[in-house]
Amino acid sequence: MTAPSLWRDLRRFTGARVGLGRAGTAQPTAAHLDFQESHARARDAVWSALDVPAMEAALAPLGLPVLRVASAVADRRAYLLRPDLGRRLAEGTDLPRDPGSVAFVVADGLCATGVQRHAPGVLERLIPALSLPPGPIVIAEQARVALGDAIGEAIGAAAVVVLIGERPGLSATDSLGLYITWAPRRGRTDADRNCISNVRPGGLTYDEAAAKAAWLLRAAQGLGATGVALKDEMPAGALPAP
Amino acid sequence: MAAMPFAQTIGGTRYRFDDLKTLLARATPLRSGDALAGVAAESAAERIAAQRALADLPLAHFLNEVVIPYEADEVTRLIVDRHDPVAFAPVRHLTVGGFRDWLLAAEAAAVTALAPGLTPEMVAAVSKIMRIADLIQVAAKCRVVTRFRNTIGLPGTLSIRLQPNHPTDDPRGIAASVLDGLLLGAGDAVIGVNPATDNVEAVMRVLDMLDTVRDRFDIPTQSCVLSHVTTTMLAMERGAPVDLVFQSIGGTEGVNTSFGVSLSVLREAREQALTLGRGTLGDNVMYFETGQGSALSADAHHGVDQQTIEARAYAVAREFSPLLVNTVVGFIGPEYLFDGKQILRAGLEDHFCGKLLGLPMGVDVCYTNHAEADQDDMDTLLTCLGVAGVTYVMGVPGADDVMLAYQSTSFHDGLSARAMLGKRAAPEFEAWLARMGIGADAERIPARLSPALIGLA
Repeated sequence: MTAPSLWRDLRRFTGARVGLGRAGTAQPTAAHLDFQESHARARDAVWSALDVPAMEAALAPLGLPVLRVASAVADRRAYLLRPDLGRRLAEGTDLPRDPGSVAFVVADGLCATGVQRHAPGVLERLIPALSLPPGPIVIAEQARVALGDAIGEAIGAAAVVVLIGERPGLSATDSLGLYITWAPRRGRTDADRNCISNVRPGGLTYDEAAAKAAWLLRAAQGLGATGVALKDEMPAGALPAP
Repeated sequence: MAAMPFAQTIGGTRYRFDDLKTLLARATPLRSGDALAGVAAESAAERIAAQRALADLPLAHFLNEVVIPYEADEVTRLIVDRHDPVAFAPVRHLTVGGFRDWLLAAEAAAVTALAPGLTPEMVAAVSKIMRIADLIQVAAKCRVVTRFRNTIGLPGTLSIRLQPNHPTDDPRGIAASVLDGLLLGAGDAVIGVNPATDNVEAVMRVLDMLDTVRDRFDIPTQSCVLSHVTTTMLAMERGAPVDLVFQSIGGTEGVNTSFGVSLSVLREAREQALTLGRGTLGDNVMYFETGQGSALSADAHHGVDQQTIEARAYAVAREFSPLLVNTVVGFIGPEYLFDGKQILRAGLEDHFCGKLLGLPMGVDVCYTNHAEADQDDMDTLLTCLGVAGVTYVMGVPGADDVMLAYQSTSFHDGLSARAMLGKRAAPEFEAWLARMGIGADAERIPARLSPALIGLA
């Protein structure tokens, strides 16, 4: 007869808050205060800003043109209340044409920390795996996902990959998401995109995210579409084509 | 019938509302999404003027004026075509204001029997002239019972969806959260995973794993992987053990298109799930999620306020006799519901409207980190919903969803709500909890629930 399993040992298997114990039916004080601390940190992360010069420096070795744009939003509070303006380019934005390319948008989204840390690493692996020519990398501030549609349309890109900071959670305030849209143009909806989320330590690795994005882009090229029409059927363990 | 303008004079100022959707929007208690859409009242006086005009409107008017044209929207067609005039008869002579009084005074059975005679717009309208206490009291009268492998919604019960999400769908990570939840009495509504990707193979792996856990522990409940309906259909074709078919839905044809679904796709998916015959007590095989603001987010709102559109989503849901429906009330963000006050009211409105329309209504009591809300707001909403007789709420380890990056109710919150309000789990599940020896020890896991049985060694 083996010793009975201890509840707290479940913590070995997941980063979720399991095996907390209980005080009556409620969470014990230690677990309660851990939660409150995480929430406090996440609240502060929402208001973090993208360090654009540092991002430009990190992207320079990739050898692609690096451009900078902003949405039509004035500040962070307006960003939270007016997502419509976060999907629109600021008045007078001018982008060079690069028809048929895959354009990249590096966007702050709801938390700049994740994109700041992880976007260069993902792009470094994704760009060599592309089956289409890479276009420019556009750094976008106060941006929503759909700002990529306006950017891709202006560039004339075949597809746009938006690398955007995900909403900070309690366990992760540095998570990156990738949204891939074939034939980007204003008015596209979420049903027209494929998404790869949770790129961060403890989530998807840079290699996994880049391999999946390259697979989706090749599939999109074959199908002429992304979104619900493109089922993610990438086999487990498949490596990107050399 | 052509739209007629409405008017009301308040303090010497005459307010005019061009049509029914404008009247409904201006009468809606303030929320950021309606301001974003440009349909909210511009002053408190305009709002009460609209509420007074709305209160004087005969309920029967809603059968003559729609908020989105019949020809343009399949959800409107569903609402109009399915209206049951016999069920409507007890209240057809009333105004919206008279209907509020009737609901507050009526017996539970009479309120419950109305459902097929009510349209979403009637229900939304009366909610707009109700206080929170009214929303709670009337919802508590509605009886909605559904079945798959257990019985959900019996009086005096509060069920919990066990939500064991993991950022990479790791089977052992999910299994550990499932076991944690079971040990805290959660899982009678469903064990439901939001997958990190919509990859068919990955979805099928999670479906297999959940079915194995359910089978090993012999749990009288159902599982679900909340992938897109078309992915679930593909999984069923390939022989995956699908109990419930999930889909996010909205209250206009346009928002459903943005979700990549239509009524015909949902119909087809339900037929496919029914042929599997996996339910032992009943055949409620659908699970829907909704939430105020999705139509505006998809630019498919037609100038209708977000709460009325949310109620229209319930007309879509009830067409398919779901086991479970929940509004993910605080998930969408501060541009639609700005703070704890707006989330509180919206959660109780959604629950009220869903119940009045005959749905097994649950609420994801939740918030994101960019909303002005915290755990105190969630405790308040959960307690109010428990008093209102909410069918189920979510259970997430420590209230922190590590995949979706938002805060919902914890397993502990579910236990506490049951304890504070004298509620119980679904009867079949409650008997299973007792049989397995769950609840006695806060440190050790009962031998019958050995982690090794589900691959956690």
